[in-house]
Amino acid sequence: MSGGLKIELGRRYRFSASHRLHNSKLSEEENCRIYGKCNNPYGHGHNYMVEVSVSGTVDPATGMIANLADLDSFVEREVIEPFDHKSLNEDVAAFRGNVPTTENICKEIFARLKHFPKAKLERVRVEETGNNTFEYAGEEL
Amino acid sequence: MVYLTRKLEFSASHLYHNPAFSAEENKRIFGKCNNPHGHGHNYTLEVTVAGEPDPVTGMVLDLKELKEILEQEITQRMDHRFLNYEVAELNGQIPTCENIARVIWNLLEPKISKGRLHKVRLYETPDLYADCYRNGAQGA
Repeated sequence: MSGGLKIELGRRYRFSASHRLHNSKLSEEENCRIYGKCNNPYGHGHNYMVEVSVSGTVDPATGMIANLADLDSFVEREVIEPFDHKSLNEDVAAFRGNVPTTENICKEIFARLKHFPKAKLERVRVEETGNNTFEYAGEEL
Repeated sequence: MVYLTRKLEFSASHLYHNPAFSAEENKRIFGKCNNPHGHGHNYTLEVTVAGEPDPVTGMVLDLKELKEILEQEITQRMDHRFLNYEVAELNGQIPTCENIARVIWNLLEPKISKGRLHKVRLYETPDLYADCYRNGAQGA
């Protein structure tokens, strides 16, 4: 019974994109050994699921931490529109020189969403497939 | 510490409307959820209890007991109800996922006899949920 109650809001979004795991600083053999199938030069794609968790005070007038319409439009603008149906390597500047593993995608999405003005970003969880999930909550994690 | 989670579903209707706002403000802030006739969801509730397993029974809390608590406190109170009009604990509050999760927390916490309530997660749809927990207890 320590502390008051904390409320978080979780919202899931989806985008589909292609990527290739390749580090130009490594040799062809090393890339192949480390990344395996994911090193295919033509790339391959996934349906990604992004779960965004925010916290804050529940406004008694609206019953909300943040208006979902505001959260949805922010995530749409910052993440879905620039990532959906794109080649992450080619179309997203942050992944030039930064291998688009789901770990790095998670951190990039966190960086893009942490300035959401209406609530505190707690964490970002990304599923690359139903069997792989990655979570990032900023540097204190 | 072991965390056990039980899930249940209930179906209910609600609407978002604050009488302190004008009709235009209600529409702008709450959008479709302001429909005066209400609308409904299949809610999924996940209740997590934390504790050490009893050395005799091997249980943190008897699941049968938790099931009965959930039936009495949540299903009977909220299932197939209009949350704005039929759930006294939500009186004067907008029945958002955030507020319902907090009401559920307050209903359940005093009823958990073994272990302690760790987290309440309420899904309004598969893509939207609210978590309620004690400050500093987030984890499992």
